[in-house]
Amino acid sequence: MFLNRDVISIIDFNPQELERLFDEADLMLRALEEGKHLKALEGYVMATAFFEPSTRTKMSFQTAMIRLGGSYIDLPPEEASSRAKGENLADTVRMLDSYADVIVIRHRVEGAARFAAEVATHPVINGGDGTRDHPTQAMIDLYTVRRLHGMINGLVYGVIGDLRYGRAARSFILGLSLFKPKKIYLISPPQLSCKREVIDFLNAKGVKYEEVYSLSEVVSELDVLYVTRIQRERFPDPLEFEKVKGSYKVSFDSLKNSKEKLSVLHPLPRVDELAYDLDNTAHARYFEQAKLGVPVRMALLKLVLKG
Amino acid sequence: MEKELRVSKIAEGTVIDHIDAGRALNVLKILGLSGSEGLTIAVVMNVPSKKLGKKDIVKVEGVELREDQVSKIALIAPSATINIVKNYEVVEKVKVNVPHVIEGLLKCVNPNCITSLPREPVKTKFKVLRVRPLNLICEYCGVELNQEDVITQLTGAKA
Repeated sequence: MFLNRDVISIIDFNPQELERLFDEADLMLRALEEGKHLKALEGYVMATAFFEPSTRTKMSFQTAMIRLGGSYIDLPPEEASSRAKGENLADTVRMLDSYADVIVIRHRVEGAARFAAEVATHPVINGGDGTRDHPTQAMIDLYTVRRLHGMINGLVYGVIGDLRYGRAARSFILGLSLFKPKKIYLISPPQLSCKREVIDFLNAKGVKYEEVYSLSEVVSELDVLYVTRIQRERFPDPLEFEKVKGSYKVSFDSLKNSKEKLSVLHPLPRVDELAYDLDNTAHARYFEQAKLGVPVRMALLKLVLKG
Repeated sequence: MEKELRVSKIAEGTVIDHIDAGRALNVLKILGLSGSEGLTIAVVMNVPSKKLGKKDIVKVEGVELREDQVSKIALIAPSATINIVKNYEVVEKVKVNVPHVIEGLLKCVNPNCITSLPREPVKTKFKVLRVRPLNLICEYCGVELNQEDVITQLTGAKA
């Protein structure tokens, strides 16, 4: 099911495969909570090649590998590596492929991970490519929902923020559409609305969704609210960014009509779209979500490398 | 008696029939023919067709098509038939075929696509979502191309 498989986009997986991953993540989480020292990936090496900044994704992959008894090598920053001499991506990937058993890659260019997977003989995991895919973030997000609500199907979701340039939001929406959500509200200013290909995918999957501009219209219906930041670095035109920055903010006040059990998720980092006054409320689940990054990535690495 | 336009037969060469109406000149562009080469060329445009309603036909004396030219013609005229003529007779008749995936023939319009990086050894790859009207999607970045984009790329002309 997972052995030797590349992980490029969340839509390459079906719900049964994702549930299998989440069952494995449950086991990993329990082992972590019990303080067990796991050896499942002893002798295995993971290469992390992050051509874009990262805190959580890179470090949680590295932690996951160490927690499973494996080790990792990390591509140095550009100025300290051969890329500064003009080495292309294909050659860099070939080199990593000869050193490691699995490669985790993040790149600003769309399709970089898919291309790396074509070049490499070992499995490639996409840690984010341009505005396109971030499959392991979607896995973590869906797993978080399953843990918090006991299920992914049948819930009402709101996804607010930069639905156009944000790969985490895009991957979460695509991931949800593999399941049977009751409804997805896509909440954004018009300039940041979902790309047509995502809407086409929702239609093809028969998912009930609605595009709205304001959270207040729908907040009372939501079981899960997924907040994302505006992807300043991906705006083609800085003036467009200036127009929409600060156009939405989720705060304690904006959730006053919500269900008691509403979970607020955020892939982090946040800028100013998620107010700090939410952090100490029962709605705030984003730190827990970030923490689940390690067991989910442990489960994925174990399944990809050993089945 | 009804008047009829007749185009004389060619001795050796290629007849491309069932071209979408109005695209014959684009086909000539794909073949790299401007007329100044001195070859006998007949272009018939917007004539009645049972299959297409209206169609164009191109006859070129002394030219055989290369495989990449046939692939390109398929993308702008998916119903086209290519007749190879020898000694005034059609010796071979091939219907063009739009493949499920088109590799290396077109460029992705997304400058942030891996296939747009000049130094990577990667061929473009487009999945065909729909043949009529043409709709292609880049397998690497998900950006779509429509019929106009493809005509512009293959002929350098606006659709």
